[in-house]
Amino acid sequence: MSERAKPYMNPYVAGTLLGIVLFLAFFITGTGLGASGGLNRLLVYVQNIVSPEHIDQVPYLLKMAGGSTNPLDSWIVYLTVGTVFGGFLSGLFGRRVRIETNKGPRIGNKTRWMMAFLGGILMGYGARLARGCTSGQALSGGAVLSVGSWAFMFAVFAGAYALAYFLRRFWN
Amino acid sequence: MTAFPLPLTELLGQSGSYVIYLLIGLAFGATLETAGFGNSKKLAAQFYFKDLTVFKVMFTAIIVAMTLLFLSSSIGLLDYNLVWVPPTYLWPGIVGGLIMGVGFIVGGFCPGTSLVAMATGKIDGIFFVLGVLAGIFLFGETVSSFAVFFESSFMGRFTLPELFGLDYGVVVLAVVLMALFMFWGAEKIEAVSGGETAQKAPRRAVPAAAALVVLAVVGLVIGQPDNADRWQMIEAEQNALLEQRAVQIEPVELLSLVHDSRIKAVMIDVRDERHYNLFHIHDARHVPLEDLVSASEQLMQEPANTVFITMSNDEARATEAWKILKAESLPNVYLLEGGVNNWIRTFGDHDFVRDRYVMNRADDEPAYRFELAIGARHPAAEPTPHSEAEFEPKVKLELKRAPTSGGCG
Repeated sequence: MSERAKPYMNPYVAGTLLGIVLFLAFFITGTGLGASGGLNRLLVYVQNIVSPEHIDQVPYLLKMAGGSTNPLDSWIVYLTVGTVFGGFLSGLFGRRVRIETNKGPRIGNKTRWMMAFLGGILMGYGARLARGCTSGQALSGGAVLSVGSWAFMFAVFAGAYALAYFLRRFWN
Repeated sequence: MTAFPLPLTELLGQSGSYVIYLLIGLAFGATLETAGFGNSKKLAAQFYFKDLTVFKVMFTAIIVAMTLLFLSSSIGLLDYNLVWVPPTYLWPGIVGGLIMGVGFIVGGFCPGTSLVAMATGKIDGIFFVLGVLAGIFLFGETVSSFAVFFESSFMGRFTLPELFGLDYGVVVLAVVLMALFMFWGAEKIEAVSGGETAQKAPRRAVPAAAALVVLAVVGLVIGQPDNADRWQMIEAEQNALLEQRAVQIEPVELLSLVHDSRIKAVMIDVRDERHYNLFHIHDARHVPLEDLVSASEQLMQEPANTVFITMSNDEARATEAWKILKAESLPNVYLLEGGVNNWIRTFGDHDFVRDRYVMNRADDEPAYRFELAIGARHPAAEPTPHSEAEFEPKVKLELKRAPTSGGCG
């Protein structure tokens, strides 16, 4: 990390800010935050260009891109685009934008990239199965007291802690 | 009517509402990044008890948002019925959560944080995002093979207060206190095993926590509005509609709605069960008045082109039902003018209407005698629409304020 990079915000302060953003999202729009839904629709958009016939055969995809429905015509896509830019701007102001790979000291870059890709596959798959990711289910659903979201949240922490010991070589 | 959430599309149009979402996204991404969520090492440190930032940020955000949400709902500023609560599909959620937990520790991110990592040039973040896209692709290709499981253990809009049978205020306060206790524990853990990146609570943390508890208590004391409170908030303007007879629709209009393929007409018959059994309009659902508040949760899930029509024998109880549903913020609610009696008068054959008329009856009682409980098997229950019938249409579809999708829609 560069010396000039500003330190991260205190977690409780950042959490309060995030809570206010989440509250405002619900207060103004009635919907919470999310991330995987936006990625999903970007993907379906590409799939629809590559093979529209295929979309018409899968009911799950049909809902988003069947017929003349444009999968990008959804609020969550704009939220996701905003998230990317917001992250970039914040990184820019904090002087934390830097091409690098964050990893444990005992593994090489290639191993880390492979693990990131593998973890991403699991995340993407799990997020669709659970109908939401950490942002959409745990954070948003948790704040509005959805039973399923709380069960989901505990499952995520349980899954990660259960495996953490076996993967300690990769992070420590 | 409560002002919030705003009917964004109505106010700003489709593209205007997208600008709002873009701005919310900007704030979301910026907060994730300043919290350090673009750094996979910091995220993974959570699971080795070295740096509990993930836990602290997440739960602080949850309790702050939750307290503000329920407080603004209790003072009548926000309509909780119009807030998207992710529906519970218990087992798909738990299994998906476990898979994601594994993905978290293997890959070092969750989808939202990986976007921020990618945006700040983290190569592992880019690989993770590509992985997420691959995972989503795989899901789309395989979901058909376990569709039954994917749709299983559906419990609808189901909240913790409903699960425990407690007031919303009590649960909010309990969650706040539990989280504060866990923060205290997190600080203790970090004091023992924390790495150099772990940050302690700031000095103002205690008064801030106390303030949050006070807000939660205030919300608890005021309490969440019940159906009667909700009606009071909208009483003035809605009573005017009733008096202008702007929401009482004629039987012919109802019949045309039932046969309109662009509209889903949901008829709600609130009469006594025995009257319903004697005769009811084909496809009308029987819902007693006292069950209407709980039934409205399901009705809220109906698609945006749904029109709800309440009915009783005359209009008295249908009007009560109309008020209950309006108070629960259901869109497009109307009531049948003159009730089921008027329906039979309009569509029953002449002999029946003449011979079975009940002379002296109380208000909102059946005007026609039925010998047998034939329900919807009477010819007047499903009349053929006659196109020559003229009426002044009163139904105007309003845009649904309640979100039909949210979170990760």
